[in-house]
Amino acid sequence: MSVPALELTGLKKSFGKAEIIRGIDLSIGKSERHAVIGPNGAGKSTLFNLITARFPASAGTVKLHGEDLAGLQPYQINRKGLSRSFQITNIFPAMTVFENVRCALLWAQGYKYSFWHLVNRKRDLTEGAEAILEQINLSERRNLPAGMLSYAEQRALEIGITIAGGADVVMLDEPTAGMSHSETDYITDLIMKVTQGKTLIMVEHDMGVVFGLADRISVLVYGEIIATGKPADVRADPRVQEAYLGAALEAEH
Amino acid sequence: MSEANQPDPADPNEQITTDPSRPAQRMRAGSMTLTLMPWIVGAIALAVMPAIFQSNSAITIMNQMWITVVFALSYNMLLGQGGMLSFGHAVYAGVGGFASMHIMNMTDFFSALPLPVLPVFGGLFGMGLAMIVGSFSTRNAGTVFAMISLGVGELIAASSVIIVAFFGGEEGVSGDRTYAQPFFGNEFLQQIDVYYLTSFWVLLSAALMYLWSRTPVGRMANAVRDNPERAEFLGYSARWVRFYSFVASGFFAGVAGGLFAINYEILTEENLNTASSGVILLVTFLGGVGFFFGPIIGAIAFTLLQTVLSLQTELWAFYVGALFLATVMFFPGGLAGLIMMHVPAFRLGKAGLLVVPYIKTLVPAAIGTLGLCALLEMTFHVRHAATGDNEMTLFWMTFDSHAILPWIIAIAITVIGLGITRVTAPALKQVWNEANSAGGAS
Repeated sequence: MSVPALELTGLKKSFGKAEIIRGIDLSIGKSERHAVIGPNGAGKSTLFNLITARFPASAGTVKLHGEDLAGLQPYQINRKGLSRSFQITNIFPAMTVFENVRCALLWAQGYKYSFWHLVNRKRDLTEGAEAILEQINLSERRNLPAGMLSYAEQRALEIGITIAGGADVVMLDEPTAGMSHSETDYITDLIMKVTQGKTLIMVEHDMGVVFGLADRISVLVYGEIIATGKPADVRADPRVQEAYLGAALEAEH
Repeated sequence: MSEANQPDPADPNEQITTDPSRPAQRMRAGSMTLTLMPWIVGAIALAVMPAIFQSNSAITIMNQMWITVVFALSYNMLLGQGGMLSFGHAVYAGVGGFASMHIMNMTDFFSALPLPVLPVFGGLFGMGLAMIVGSFSTRNAGTVFAMISLGVGELIAASSVIIVAFFGGEEGVSGDRTYAQPFFGNEFLQQIDVYYLTSFWVLLSAALMYLWSRTPVGRMANAVRDNPERAEFLGYSARWVRFYSFVASGFFAGVAGGLFAINYEILTEENLNTASSGVILLVTFLGGVGFFFGPIIGAIAFTLLQTVLSLQTELWAFYVGALFLATVMFFPGGLAGLIMMHVPAFRLGKAGLLVVPYIKTLVPAAIGTLGLCALLEMTFHVRHAATGDNEMTLFWMTFDSHAILPWIIAIAITVIGLGITRVTAPALKQVWNEANSAGGAS
């Protein structure tokens, strides 16, 4: 395998004395769909926040396509082709659905801080945003303020915003949290569709989604990865069963 | 999987929040004429106004109005579009104005400069200062930004008595606009000449500010206002987006300062102190920060109150304050929001329903409010008029403010007016809901 899309080495994070992430080594290849699972409080979202520089890491490195991300701001990391969604829906609620997506396209299409282009005149922006809306099935909601959408639609919009910029590494933090079965199926299909050929890293609680989507799975428990591998191998791993899946399975019965 | 089995968020009230000024819809409506229409109407109005209001004082008021329009629009680039609450915006207009004043006094240079170009220099100086201040103030929005703006505002206002060479100390800096190079033979001796100069600039500035809001950086200003974190994960530095808005806003504030210099030919500390910064916040909020044209309405309404109402009553500032308070509490969308919230009813063709209930509620409300104002004026007269001066004139009636009858009448008008309003208000609310719901009447 060539240079991994994302490589974590010895990544640590402590808040005061509490060590939340206790040394993570993980390598995720190009076009891989990778799921991070683990019990509540294992540090999954913290791991995401470390990778995207929302929090600074206490130790260790994050490499995107072999390039060290140390010291970069979130917007700089995003420009290098890494995009993420959030556990709590994070969109622009007062702006229309269309504008949400269009804003997500601006940097990627090279407009930067331009004040000499008029966005309404830019065919590439309008068509690009409409294509994304088509993909996430929100074309009919185009002109509604994003805050008016249903929860599932807002999550779909957030995925749309996340992928709109054309990032090749996409990180989704619990994309199906709090959804009904039908909504979960809808979002899972959507994720499958929009991350084709991209590297996907997702935190997810729904085992159905995880085993349906992921090429490989990492199990995070108390800030450490106790197993990484193909879904079947991870499912068979006794330590994983003890730490997580067993409990999850029991909870389902 | 289709959307069919998802909960449908569209309730009957959804049109209320569908913002018709959004560019997406504007684009659908499509035609250039629709976009250009307000500007053409505005230009015609600007050109025709002096023919309707011919007196010199009216023209002065209008000049003041248009300068305030530019200033308020520039302020709204921060507050409404960028989510930055500034308590020191007058500084940029003031510095732009002082710089323009000094250019006026640079005889050689000024005599080679056509006067209409002068506001550009005001703008550049305002922009220069905004670049310096913005380099550290735009790191954060919210409280930190507000506090820095207040601090810088105070700092520069205090400098005006220290750096006398630039700010002219207490008497300010004055000059003479007529020393400029004649502009097509015009030396701007008359108020009306200045009026057309100001009108040209207000139209140009407003158009440029509107276009700014349609550019990538202008759109991202809204995004950063709503959710800076998400904007950062779209590749934009919230700080730099704020910085560019701030600098552009400083430019147009400076233009307003330059226009002020041309109009009044004097600038003093008053032009950049915190009180002036407070007034422009008030003007902008009164007009409505949520719409581009809000500050224009605010500037017009405020200037009228300031000039016309202040001739009628000494308590004008009190009324303006009460109006501001009422706006903040009951109509946070400002006057523009008040206008735009009727758009859905018009779209549904149900605006007609509102006419009668409006008359039933608003007319008594207006009468009651005037009664309340009468009570205030009478109290003020009783307390502050010279002893023995018992006669006052109010609403074209002259009466004895110490007699009991006028008081009884004023109290009765107030109580009855506001009482009727209270009784009819629920019916109005009901009709309002009906007028804003799609489908048949309930």
